[in-house]
Amino acid sequence: MTVTPLGIPRRMLEFTLDGEEARVPEGSTILDACRAAGKDIPTLCEGDTLRPKNACRLCVVEVEGARTLVPACSRKAEPGMEVRTDTERARHSRKVVLELLASSVDLSTTPEVAGWLKEYEAKPDRFGPDAARLNEEPRVDDELYVRDYDKCILCYKCVDACGDQWQNSFAISVAGRGFDARIAVEHDAPLTDSACVYCGNCIEVCPTGALSFKSEFDMRAAGTWDEARQTETTTVCAYCGVGCNLTLHVQDNEIVKVTSPHDNPVTHGNLCIKGRFGYQHVQNRD
Amino acid sequence: MDLHFGDSKPTDEERSAVDALLGPPESSWEGADRSDADLRWARGGREARDRRDLLLPGLHAVNDRIGWISEGALDYLCRRLTVPPAEAYGVATFYAMFSVRPRPATVLHVCTDLACAAAGAPRLCAGIEARLGPGSGVSVERSPCLGLCERAPAALAIKAGDPVRTAVSAPATVEEAVLAANSPGSAPEEPPAALAVPQAGQDGLMLLHRVGVVDPSSLDDYRAHGGYTALRRAFELGPAGVIREVTDSGLVGRGGAAFPTGRKWQATASQPDRPHHLVCNADESEPGTFKDRVLMEGDPYALVEAMTVAGYATGAHKGYLYLRGEYPRALHLLEHAITQARARGLLGDDVLGQGYAFDIEIRRGAGAYICGEETALFNSIEGYRGEPRSKPPFPVEKGLFGKPTVENNVETLVNVLPILTMGAPAYAEIGTGRSTGPKLFCVSGSVERPGVYEVPFGATLGEVLALAGVREGLRAVLLGGAAGGFVRPDELDVPLTFEGTREAGTTLGSGVVMAFDDGVPLPRLLLRIAEFFRDESCGQCVPCRVGTVRQEEALHRIVERTGADAADDIALLREVGRAMRDASICGLGQTAWNAVESAIDRLGAYE
Ligand code: SF4
Ligand code: SF4
Ligand code: SF4
Ligand code: FES
Ligand code: FES
Repeated sequence: MTVTPLGIPRRMLEFTLDGEEARVPEGSTILDACRAAGKDIPTLCEGDTLRPKNACRLCVVEVEGARTLVPACSRKAEPGMEVRTDTERARHSRKVVLELLASSVDLSTTPEVAGWLKEYEAKPDRFGPDAARLNEEPRVDDELYVRDYDKCILCYKCVDACGDQWQNSFAISVAGRGFDARIAVEHDAPLTDSACVYCGNCIEVCPTGALSFKSEFDMRAAGTWDEARQTETTTVCAYCGVGCNLTLHVQDNEIVKVTSPHDNPVTHGNLCIKGRFGYQHVQNRD
Repeated sequence: MDLHFGDSKPTDEERSAVDALLGPPESSWEGADRSDADLRWARGGREARDRRDLLLPGLHAVNDRIGWISEGALDYLCRRLTVPPAEAYGVATFYAMFSVRPRPATVLHVCTDLACAAAGAPRLCAGIEARLGPGSGVSVERSPCLGLCERAPAALAIKAGDPVRTAVSAPATVEEAVLAANSPGSAPEEPPAALAVPQAGQDGLMLLHRVGVVDPSSLDDYRAHGGYTALRRAFELGPAGVIREVTDSGLVGRGGAAFPTGRKWQATASQPDRPHHLVCNADESEPGTFKDRVLMEGDPYALVEAMTVAGYATGAHKGYLYLRGEYPRALHLLEHAITQARARGLLGDDVLGQGYAFDIEIRRGAGAYICGEETALFNSIEGYRGEPRSKPPFPVEKGLFGKPTVENNVETLVNVLPILTMGAPAYAEIGTGRSTGPKLFCVSGSVERPGVYEVPFGATLGEVLALAGVREGLRAVLLGGAAGGFVRPDELDVPLTFEGTREAGTTLGSGVVMAFDDGVPLPRLLLRIAEFFRDESCGQCVPCRVGTVRQEEALHRIVERTGADAADDIALLREVGRAMRDASICGLGQTAWNAVESAIDRLGAYE
């Protein structure tokens, strides 16, 4: 069970969404309004527990009077605004963004992308066989988690989760710039030599699987990872008095990873190293 | 925040470079030796964190002294400022002038950008490398435009040490560039800024009238030539009066966006949130642009005065002058001017005895074109990566340090002086109805007298080119820089105004007029433009980060191709270009395809 806290009542504002009147509480984003109206806008870098960085530009929509398209995930709705979500112009940009991404990184473990590629008729191959790719080897520094930056879309979510938005460890940041920009710890060292405290909150928010549990990484490599066969059980962490909610992902009677409900008002999906990674003892059967 | 530092220690040299900037550390919490007192009390924390904006100056301090930034030096700087090392690493690796890997103390930046490439930069580079040979102790780095295009090809040598030494060689020969690198102290003096102003000394100039006339290091000389009359007038008018004059003058920003300056000032001045900040954008990095450098080198006090006026009008007490890292001479002259002005009561607690406090601090950029974007510039000053912020909120509301900020470039600010001395109506008479006042153009490339030219708005492109003496065989003119567009030799009657260029389907941009004769291979030129944007993209958003790479790849493929053979790639370029223009966060990505598109459409580049 999760609790949804009620906030202070907010004033409503009105604007036009695809030609129809929309009423949303003040402070809502265009994306909030779209979701409330049952419209589907593709998003990649937006995260439900983080302030949007609006870096992927997949969610762009047309706003009357704006020179460029605007990101629905971060632009607040304003009274009287006229927004169009599904114009040829917006669709074109989404299609190209999908192509650019899919041609440069490995999106095979990014949920929903396959569907969007089809929907927008994106053809990532058309940049030719020599199109620059990230081509990074996975980094395995220990038994807890793996950084496979070949799948990284630079959404900045892990940076924000590790930094001032949640963990305040500031262990990771973006280094370099342009196409050479990469997520890195200080001096690009192994994770074990960095400021990382292994809370795994970055894994929790990573949309592409670039950051993953070592258990998941190994099972995928072995071809045994199968989400259809997994069950999820939400329980309470027993390590300390905080009482965070843990969601245990179990396959074949083995815990394969641990997440935490994002709508939990106490933890918002965040855990510490014990809750996140300290699950071996419950299945120590020797 | 529980910061984690590795074991790497700074060398004595690195430590002293940092301490020279920040003062000695006060406790072991900040990297000093441990004393008994340190066991009982903690220092640093918020106080140190509030100095985060000293990160960039700190990185400069180390890079200037050693030539690169080691782990130990970076960690020590982080301790002193309570900055997480991962973030500082991200900042250090953002800027082209810094290195986090060991390299020789001397770096020779050789410009390979448009004007220099046309003037033989590739041969120059090869010659320099051959002459220096391996193990020379000089690292030769190919550089984007150094802002010395009127003297192309150009090279800038920086030799780390205490003090750091720099030397410019332009127009560079292999011998001179090597000499500049090997002994920057004894390299020949650069010619005065006035040499870049062919009109210097002529009557009727308003922005350039002192360049070559006054001694740029003499405050008295500046005053003898009309200096500080505008500030006195400003005090007579009061802040609201100054804003009224600037609004009535019709002045719009000269940096490329052409936003009405008076409106910007008014919007900032009226914000209840305090303090207000003033930022002067002197990060001129558009390839082909060097007018701000010439103004700052030829008439530095004018900028100091103009910033004081702008600060007064908008209610700011602190002005940040964000100066391109590649402009060492402008840096020295402005530092000197600011010190003199302070000593004479023209900056400080009580400017001109009027009870208004204002001071200017120079912040050096470190090689990142994107930091010319105003919000990226704020991040850079604050000690973050120079990535643009998304707008809204706009700077007038939340700018530098989250406070209302007015940001103007050098040329815009300097226009405020004649507006105040001659009055708004007289100023508004100059130029055309919608583009008022004088305008500076940086003319370079295939012309007899490259340099900065001042003409009233409305002069045609042909007139400006005629001033500079365009050479035979003109093939194309790049207007507005890499983010601008090409025009044909038969379009030279386009009036150089914001509305005139817009009507002609091009842009004034930052005032670049670069002429290319038919000896220049157009596809190579376009490739260089694409390379520039790929190198300078901050990497934050997908359309620009990947789009600029795909653009460059496509241009590579069609370097030697035309017609049907190039058609597929041109179609691809158009599609990617459209998405970059529509969906990128900032102007860099939005304009990165402009010049190439114009070359295809107007010049028939691949036909
Ligand atoms: S590692 Fe994951 S969360 Fe971090 S930037 Fe890359 S895709 Fe985003
Ligand atoms: S996850 Fe960590 S903080 Fe949360 S209850 Fe478990 S041990 Fe405590
Ligand atoms: S458009 Fe380019 S430079 Fe601007 S924010 Fe996006 S990646 Fe950075
Ligand atoms: S989801 Fe909005 S920009 Fe990425
Ligand atoms: S200095 Fe080389 S192009 Fe400007």
